[in-house]
Amino acid sequence: MTISVKVMKRPEPRTTSYLRAALSGMALTFKHLVNPAKLTQQYPEEQTDLSPRWRGTHRMEVHADGRPKCVACGLCPTVCPANCIRLVGGEDDQGHRYPVVYEIDEFRCIFCGMCQEVCPVEAIHVGQHFENSEYTRDRFVYDLDRLMEQDHPTTLLWDPSDPRSE
Amino acid sequence: MELHPISGIPGYIAMVAKVLAVFGGVLLVVAYTTLGERKVAAWIQDRIGPNRVGPWGLLQPIADGLKNILKEETLPAKSAKVYFLLGPMISLFPALVTFAVIPFAAPLPTPWGVVDMIVADIPIGILYIMALSSIGVYGLVVGGWASNNKYALLGGMRASAQMVSYEVAMGLAVVAILMMTGNVTLTQVVWQQQQLGMWFALPLSLAFILFIISAFAETNRLPFDMPESESELVGGFHTEYSGMKYAMYPMAEYAHMTTASALMATLFFGGWDLPGSWDNAFWYDGRLIQSCTFAVGAAATCLPGTEVLAVPALWKTALTFAGFFAKVVFFLLVYVWVRWTLPRFRYDQVMALGWKVLLPTALAYIMLLAVSILVLDELGMTWGFWYGLVLTAVSGVATGAFLYFVDRGHTITGAAAGESQRTEIKTIPAGIAAGD
Repeated sequence: MTISVKVMKRPEPRTTSYLRAALSGMALTFKHLVNPAKLTQQYPEEQTDLSPRWRGTHRMEVHADGRPKCVACGLCPTVCPANCIRLVGGEDDQGHRYPVVYEIDEFRCIFCGMCQEVCPVEAIHVGQHFENSEYTRDRFVYDLDRLMEQDHPTTLLWDPSDPRSE
Repeated sequence: MELHPISGIPGYIAMVAKVLAVFGGVLLVVAYTTLGERKVAAWIQDRIGPNRVGPWGLLQPIADGLKNILKEETLPAKSAKVYFLLGPMISLFPALVTFAVIPFAAPLPTPWGVVDMIVADIPIGILYIMALSSIGVYGLVVGGWASNNKYALLGGMRASAQMVSYEVAMGLAVVAILMMTGNVTLTQVVWQQQQLGMWFALPLSLAFILFIISAFAETNRLPFDMPESESELVGGFHTEYSGMKYAMYPMAEYAHMTTASALMATLFFGGWDLPGSWDNAFWYDGRLIQSCTFAVGAAATCLPGTEVLAVPALWKTALTFAGFFAKVVFFLLVYVWVRWTLPRFRYDQVMALGWKVLLPTALAYIMLLAVSILVLDELGMTWGFWYGLVLTAVSGVATGAFLYFVDRGHTITGAAAGESQRTEIKTIPAGIAAGD
């Protein structure tokens, strides 16, 4: 391997006008002063358009009668690479399995979206949402009720206009 | 209506009102220059700038002031406490009082007499400003030394060295004005420009260039902000300061900028004068005159019986004040604009520019100007438009020569070596590159 040393092209002292260089600099800044490029996004007022593939805060889908769609099969805590899902399954009188405890630690989560991919009943989703700041650390462990309350759009995990990520 | 200067009880009331108005006005301008600086900086860098406090961020200076008052005032354990506390005060006080001798509008007529729009029309005008603004640097030196911090000390040292270097060039640039006007009173300087029919920026163009460069150095603004130079000296002289004590240093800097801008406007851009002779007014021999014919060879003396009386009016005062304010704001904008365009000089470059370029140039220019004025007076040319035009031509040649010789590496060279002085593009063999 060879290393090449690049020498910056510097003007020769007697061929360059410092005054002209300084004045052209002033002209450049003046152009930006009177006509600044509007690049700043005023964040809290203006919201970013999130990609349809954005993987953010989780939400749990619910049936029409308000029960969670989760059947406590145990696939998502198994597949979760960050081990952030705690699931204790139970069974009701009719023999339907349901989650007694379903908690996601948003601090541990790496937002890979594998829980959503693996879910056989499309119950747990990652969502197009990222503003989940809290005042205390324990608020970051979302329990089942909190997951069901979330109403942001769920992620598509792929872009419909570019399904093969090309 | 008999025109006479206001006196007695109304005079004292007018004086107090003027003091409060000027002091408050300068502080207000200082506060909003900080906002203006941040806004202009933001626009130049394609940002938006402060816009959270009040509409368009207009209450930002108040929020900054409150924050600085509420912040903790740290006091370094091994600092010299008295001088540490004294530093910001020494810095701020001269910056605020210098504005007292600057006339800011045409005289205002009132039922009790004519009020001069200047706090103190003292006969030593410019000298007072030069003397007091130089005291400001002691605040930097004392603060930097008392902090017991090597970076602060270096900043203070640089401040004093820079002030000494550029005070000379600035003083010599002012000498050009003094030779033209024969007087140091700033009201007289404004009057002379009105009578000349042009502002001194034209007949004294080189003095103006020297003055504006020195003024940038005197106020420690980029490209001469050696005492602060954040990238080398942490924060320079104010490294150890916090809270309101720190805030007093920037306040002093902005007050100095405001005074320097007002001084540039007064000395070289006619002060409150606006084009045309309608606003001219000057106390001559107890009368407020608009114009007169000058005695040959004495720019400050009118021929008897040729005075035209001035008619002061409220609208004239208001209009001339607006003109003066616009000039000051323009120079403040130039300060900010230059700061966000040009990078900082290296320390030795600052010294070289001050001693090897500005000082000899100023001396040579004064000689040239003195000869020109002497020749014009000997030829019997009266103070007026043609007088100014001849000096404009002389100064134009001098300015052109100065710009030619200062540019293209004739007297100053850039920091980087030219391409011919560099080694060629090398390709290091593989063995050496790998380190074996």
